[in-house]
Amino acid sequence: MTTVQKKAVLGQANPIAHLTDADIEQLGHELDAIRQDVLDSRGASDAAYIRKVIDTQRKLELGSRAVLLFSAFPPAWVLGTLGLSVSKILDNMEIGHNILHGQWDWMRDPKIHSSTWEWDMASPAEQWKHSHNELHHTYTNVIGKDNDLGYGIMRVDEDQPWTPSSLAQPVFCFINAVFFEYGIAAYDLELGSVIAKKQTKDPDFRRRAKQVLNKIRKQATKDYVVHPALSIPTGSFLPTLAANFTANVVRNLWSNSVILCGHFPEGVETFEKRSIDGETKGEWYVRQMLGSANISGSKALHLMTGNLSHQIEHHLFPDLPSNRYAEIAPKVQALFEKYDLTYCARPMPQQVASAWHKVIRLSLPNGWMATTNKKNAPQQLAILYKMATGDRRTRRLLGRKLESESRALGKAA
Amino acid sequence: MSTTLEPQVGGTPRSRRLGDHLVRVAEAATTPYLPADFLDLFAPLRSGADLRGRIESIHPETADAATIVIRPGADWAGHVPGQYLRIGIDVDGVRQWRAYSLTHGPRRDGRISITVKAVPEGLVSNHLVHEARPGTVVHLEQAAGEFVLPPAGGKFLMVTAGSGITPVIGMLRNLFPSTDEGVLRLPRSAMHDIVVVHVAPSHPHSIFIRDLEALDAAGAIRLVARYDDEHGVLDVDHLADLVPDLAERATLACGPAGLLDALAAHHDVHGLSLTTEQFRTARVEPGDGGTVSFASGTTLELDGATPILDAAESAGMLMPSGCRMGICMGCVLPLREGSVRDLRNGAITTAVPGESGAIKVQTCINAAAGPCHIDH
Repeated sequence: MTTVQKKAVLGQANPIAHLTDADIEQLGHELDAIRQDVLDSRGASDAAYIRKVIDTQRKLELGSRAVLLFSAFPPAWVLGTLGLSVSKILDNMEIGHNILHGQWDWMRDPKIHSSTWEWDMASPAEQWKHSHNELHHTYTNVIGKDNDLGYGIMRVDEDQPWTPSSLAQPVFCFINAVFFEYGIAAYDLELGSVIAKKQTKDPDFRRRAKQVLNKIRKQATKDYVVHPALSIPTGSFLPTLAANFTANVVRNLWSNSVILCGHFPEGVETFEKRSIDGETKGEWYVRQMLGSANISGSKALHLMTGNLSHQIEHHLFPDLPSNRYAEIAPKVQALFEKYDLTYCARPMPQQVASAWHKVIRLSLPNGWMATTNKKNAPQQLAILYKMATGDRRTRRLLGRKLESESRALGKAA
Repeated sequence: MSTTLEPQVGGTPRSRRLGDHLVRVAEAATTPYLPADFLDLFAPLRSGADLRGRIESIHPETADAATIVIRPGADWAGHVPGQYLRIGIDVDGVRQWRAYSLTHGPRRDGRISITVKAVPEGLVSNHLVHEARPGTVVHLEQAAGEFVLPPAGGKFLMVTAGSGITPVIGMLRNLFPSTDEGVLRLPRSAMHDIVVVHVAPSHPHSIFIRDLEALDAAGAIRLVARYDDEHGVLDVDHLADLVPDLAERATLACGPAGLLDALAAHHDVHGLSLTTEQFRTARVEPGDGGTVSFASGTTLELDGATPILDAAESAGMLMPSGCRMGICMGCVLPLREGSVRDLRNGAITTAVPGESGAIKVQTCINAAAGPCHIDH
């Protein structure tokens, strides 16, 4: 992946070269009109929808936790764990994520409001809202601004230099997926950069770190102390603890996959920092259109992804109620066609595979994967070993060689 | 000298401590939610819940007015006739708060009622009269208001106009319950000598007119009904012609601002006592720009095109902010009173104290649309 701006310089296909300023402005107006249509028709049935989802999730959680009181009995363990996993996913995705976006603030219900909501997740809502709503949604896919691109620790773009530590990226990425909620909490805390800049004594950081630790303590007490303890009478302490841990991991893997699908699959564009100086509303819209990818699938899939399967629509209109994304998707897709832009939508297994393929490809030096086949694998591995163990000069020289070979291959094809 | 004993709550100190422990365990088991969030799913009207009520029945009074009978939650503290109630109901999915007079005295079955007249453009009143269905859960606040009759009795004049009759009907129903055997004359009501001057556009448009006429026929009150179409608009200077012993009576009035202002001026000149009740506060039509005052004391004169956030920051205020383009909700502040205009689509949001309550608005994409007050 190369930023849209570099593609233009390198002579690669720039996906927005054909759009004039007037086109982009017009596109913005047409998207505004789609948004306004939803605002005008937003009402009682939408409110009933979110209340129904919340009601279902809470009853599912109650029911699953009740079943888990008897989790020493294997069928109860399976049923309870499954129910609790689904309940936690609904809590985080369709309910929490979207309420914290302010999608339901218009109802003026103090109990379902972005300023009061808290969720079943390690990161406190307040901190997540800052890093997600303000930074990620404003600076979507701008290298160096949008930390969601690799959470500030991964190599997500060919233009970022390859280092031997990049090789560990797939393993790291998997561990992050398993413990995703803690990864998000650390990320919202900007833990990496705070440590790098030696700002751990900053009082504001201390305050926020305390908030996170408090939240984690409460969450862990609930899942790993209180509910297992309540299961003691049936001899289910350990099974319940294991069930809650499993449900948390299932939720983590699922939400990580959905989020990878949103901005990581091949075909999603990135942008340079400079390119957003003085960006117009229309240009912002175009960046959201090209910087997001959808997952196609059933109604159940849309619900379980919190409608982030409509990531493109969500990024264009983050404050519209999530239950309306499906309805506007065809209109948005028609605009992509009208303005000759690529609407990136594939089924979930393909999007996940594409995202992981990219994680692995970028963990290797540029061009390495493209130039490797069964026959030359031993030599290629030797090159990789040299690059991983050699000094910076060796890396640069071998890296250039790989890149030029892969370009030659590309031209021949 | 007197000694006050603390009322005993919930048994012995020991059982109370146990109760506290149980609550703490329940909270630890439900975090980040509260045990109440789960209990509300099954028992929204239980004791200890936020005060709510369930609409039990809706009785049409006239073509555009209806009485709504509500079963209040267990923590309803009761009311005195003449008091009003703030009720929050979702109209088109949006929570709206309004105040209505309670139209029954305390009832034996524990239900409460309000009578609502659908006013033109009235979002909530039209919804309650025409759309609301029994079974709907509504949000309530405890009864409030000083517009009540002294229990000791006395001579009163009640001047009511239109739906201003509602608090008065509550008082009268409490004093003179209407039964199948006719209007009851209870001993506690004997001390009340009441004249009602009721103003309405016409006889058919008058809510509760049959109740008033029945009370008049039974001799419980004296009714002076004035209909605009028959008698012309009431001139308060002629009040003494309608009520000769005006000077001996304490006046209670409820109606639109114009009538109340005229009465206040009249009674002031004649040195008479007056208690008034008015629900609809004067509304300012949304305009272009206006004076924005903040709770911190800062006041800014704004045009209709500058976001409140930008203006407040240029004036040196420390404001919460985020994306500055209307997506992140990082800048929302409570608008206590007044109107703001969404610069993206022109949508107006209006907060009316005592009705809508404070509404949280995004300051980064809203400009002043008339004078407004922001809690910050």
